[in-house]
Amino acid sequence: MRAGRDALPVLAVVVGLLVLWYLLAIPMNAGFARDQAARDGLTLGPAALVADTWSQERPRLPAPHQVAAEVWKGVFSVPPTSKRSLVYHAWVTMAATLAGFALGAGLGVLLAIGIVHDRTMDASVMPWVIASQTVPILAVAPMVIVVLASIGVTGLLPKAVISMYLCFFPVVVGMVKGLRSPERMMLDQMRTWNASATQTLRKLRWPAALPYLFASLKVGVAASLVGAIIGELPTGAVAGLGARMLSGSYYGQTIQIWAALVMAAILAAGLVGAIGLAERATFAAMGGRR
Amino acid sequence: MLMLLAAVVVWLGGWWINARLAARPLTGAARLLPPLVFGVTLLLLWELLVRGLGVSPVLLPAPSAVWARLMTSLPTLGADVTQTFLKGALSGYAMGCGAAILTGIAVDRVPFLRRGLLPVGNLVSALPIVGMAPIMVMWFGFDWESKAAVVVLMVFFPMLVNTVQGLAATEPMQADLMRTYAASYPQTLFRLRLPAAAPFLFNGLKICTTLALIGAIVAEFFGSPTVGMGFRISTEVGRLSLDMVWAEIAVAALVGSAFYGAVALVERAVTFWHPSHRR
Repeated sequence: MRAGRDALPVLAVVVGLLVLWYLLAIPMNAGFARDQAARDGLTLGPAALVADTWSQERPRLPAPHQVAAEVWKGVFSVPPTSKRSLVYHAWVTMAATLAGFALGAGLGVLLAIGIVHDRTMDASVMPWVIASQTVPILAVAPMVIVVLASIGVTGLLPKAVISMYLCFFPVVVGMVKGLRSPERMMLDQMRTWNASATQTLRKLRWPAALPYLFASLKVGVAASLVGAIIGELPTGAVAGLGARMLSGSYYGQTIQIWAALVMAAILAAGLVGAIGLAERATFAAMGGRR
Repeated sequence: MLMLLAAVVVWLGGWWINARLAARPLTGAARLLPPLVFGVTLLLLWELLVRGLGVSPVLLPAPSAVWARLMTSLPTLGADVTQTFLKGALSGYAMGCGAAILTGIAVDRVPFLRRGLLPVGNLVSALPIVGMAPIMVMWFGFDWESKAAVVVLMVFFPMLVNTVQGLAATEPMQADLMRTYAASYPQTLFRLRLPAAAPFLFNGLKICTTLALIGAIVAEFFGSPTVGMGFRISTEVGRLSLDMVWAEIAVAALVGSAFYGAVALVERAVTFWHPSHRR
């Protein structure tokens, strides 16, 4: 299997990155360590200096083990209902991500089906779908949040709207490609069988589009997560991983920011992995030629 | 009421024109017509609905109001574009993509590293890197340097993955031919590998244009001098002057599209031989 063969190089790269991180932490935090020592009238030896740079309370660049300890503390030492629990914040973010993902994927699939079946939609809507992507949508996030809040929509939904906007594009593009992937011959065959458009969609186009669908869903869920995190920024840092990063940057709690980042990374990897599993299960159910 | 009626008429009219246009095959510049009609219909609908329903400008300003605001605040918008796009996004884009291409070429010489880096790079590309923005602001200060740093981080891995994949796209036969010519490594690199990788490189470069602008704008939410597109958007939202926000968004869309279009033009000129550009 591919995963097994690549395990060693991947491990080597990850270890290499960790070593690089530890080394970088020394010069990044050395200035503060020397200042502190000078204030106490001490001079630090090389070993003491290194030890200090890896164990400061508010380092410029926390060492990996400090971040790991913070994540461990946030996940396992605090009950998940507490506001200090990373599980709680990750849950808040994930709920918005999944809601936006579901809306965006649904909208994307519907639009794609419309575009494939209707020439008018194909000619007029498709270019705008592509143009919508050159607009930095994340920049609109604060406005969407504020406007929706002023008409009384708060909580999960505004964040989900932003996630949806980021998520629908890769799904539309992938699905249009996928639904058009059956060859001329196959479509002609469906016509000789006198199949209706719905039947062609269900029995030929849809199965043919599934590989494209899953590839775009993976991109879409990652985009949804980014949208949800950014959507949490203007709400005044109440809850969620984005809020955690913002409050961390207000109070100079670097370790807290990094812990939220690691949590977001775990969440992203988990979501993409879950879609990968769904993909495998679907293809196995369809006859498993992969 | 009249406005609402007009909105319905505009909607149906736009749909009818496009249905007529789509019924026959379009060639050349005529292909631009349907999207143009759709866009104009959308703008007219927006204007008429906002007026007809009496939507408060605090919620959604009409396009005409946004246009008026855009015209009166051109100097401010220009300063914001200079700060965010020219200083922050563009310098970060150049540094990030340059570093990624060089790293990709270096990594390509070590197959072990390449096999390890591709999965890691793919994973990192899916991570919410914008979250690094507060840290970069802490390290590099409020001015454009921190924005450029965020952009570098955002574009590096997508670009790296595309470079590595592109360099792997060389056909073994062509590589063998270069070997029979006794071509040196730099000769093979510049005459064969890089041109063969160009479609992938430009794919990465195009993806990164959008990422760069988003990164530079979002990084300003975490702290910025009193100029810049992200700064303007977040403060004007706070003051509820949404016409200014929409004007800034329109400018951002324009700048983003122009950036993307410029890279696409360069791609056309460089990879004219690729099947996707043949007529």
